[in-house]
Amino acid sequence: MDNLKAVIEALIFVSDTPVTFSRIEGILEDVKEKEISSTINDLIREYEERNEGIFLREVAGGYQFRTGEMVGSWVQKLKGEKPAALSPAAMETLAVVAYRQPVMRSEIEKVRGVDISGTLRGLLEKNLVRIVGRKDVPGRPMIYGTTRKFLETFGLKTLSDLPTLREFRELGE
Amino acid sequence: MTAGVYEIKLDIFEGPLDLLLYLIRKNEVDIYDIPIALITRQYMKYIDAMKSLDLDLAGEYLVLAATLTHIKSRMLLPVSEEDEEEEDVDPREELVRQLLEYKAFKEAALGLDRMSILGRDVFGRDHAGEEIEKDEQPLREIGIFELVEAFRRINLDVGQKDSMEIDVEKISLSDRINDIVDKLERRGELTFTDLLEDAGNRRRLIYTFLAILELMKLRIIRAYQAVPYGTIRICLAGK
Repeated sequence: MDNLKAVIEALIFVSDTPVTFSRIEGILEDVKEKEISSTINDLIREYEERNEGIFLREVAGGYQFRTGEMVGSWVQKLKGEKPAALSPAAMETLAVVAYRQPVMRSEIEKVRGVDISGTLRGLLEKNLVRIVGRKDVPGRPMIYGTTRKFLETFGLKTLSDLPTLREFRELGE
Repeated sequence: MTAGVYEIKLDIFEGPLDLLLYLIRKNEVDIYDIPIALITRQYMKYIDAMKSLDLDLAGEYLVLAATLTHIKSRMLLPVSEEDEEEEDVDPREELVRQLLEYKAFKEAALGLDRMSILGRDVFGRDHAGEEIEKDEQPLREIGIFELVEAFRRINLDVGQKDSMEIDVEKISLSDRINDIVDKLERRGELTFTDLLEDAGNRRRLIYTFLAILELMKLRIIRAYQAVPYGTIRICLAGK
């Protein structure tokens, strides 16, 4: 296919959520997997080199066009709405869920030293956290994990893309 | 008006551990060698101020206050010979471990906040097409009562055959919850009847219904309906 790059670019452009590789592969039936992935990488690099308002990013297991960080405040003005910010408390709860998942509510509360029902409910409502099951201990407490939307929101490819948690030195060796 | 000074500061603490970290930093002391007497005294000052303002808030801080006092008293006690046998455990050890763990997550939270967040720092394309597709009939969100009514109608259809079956199949609420969330993630939207008709027998039906109620309570899913007694559509919240 001689216009492969144009096609892939268009496919990603029209989608409002990240397009997965397998989705693109499914549409371009006859094209080899290797060819698709190298074309996507070319595209990513081209936007990187162009270094203007738009970039092609790999997020949440897919590809998506996103504005660059430098133009963020201007786009914000166009949107005219305040960014949906998470409070520091919500951010802490989210961090514990992200790094400790699957995690029980009581474990999060032990780390943070406070009641977290409010922040947890907020995160569930924002669909950043979800119930992944129940733990097989008395009381069958719910266990929580992060969602796909969490990856999308923080621009992460996968969970292993999270910055490493700074290890804390154990006492007494 | 001394309370006023604390009032402003209390707002910035995310909990007792955060306050304790702040005191350690403010006094420039080593986290591995906390001067318990000094820190406890300062901590109590904050607690007193809090008590005069908001008892509720003080509640979760009191546990740590008790812990600090306990550690302080243990450190004052002379180490008897008997005690020395069972190794020299620093009474502060558990607290330090907890503080370091909290500190690591606090830093991780700041790390998350520094990332390029969608909708704040970076933007994708607007979901412009969505609204055009969806304007067939205005949907209104419904609550528990409509669901119960709909469940009653379905339950009547399914539940007529009331012979005694001994059902060995194990159904758990969490399985049903996971199942529903998975289905919704795959398909985007389902009708209430779709979800319940999958159930088959009455027990599964009830568990499925309970799972739907639980998910609504937790605001993981939302239910919509265009007209009274109409089709109930269920989708994940925040989608």
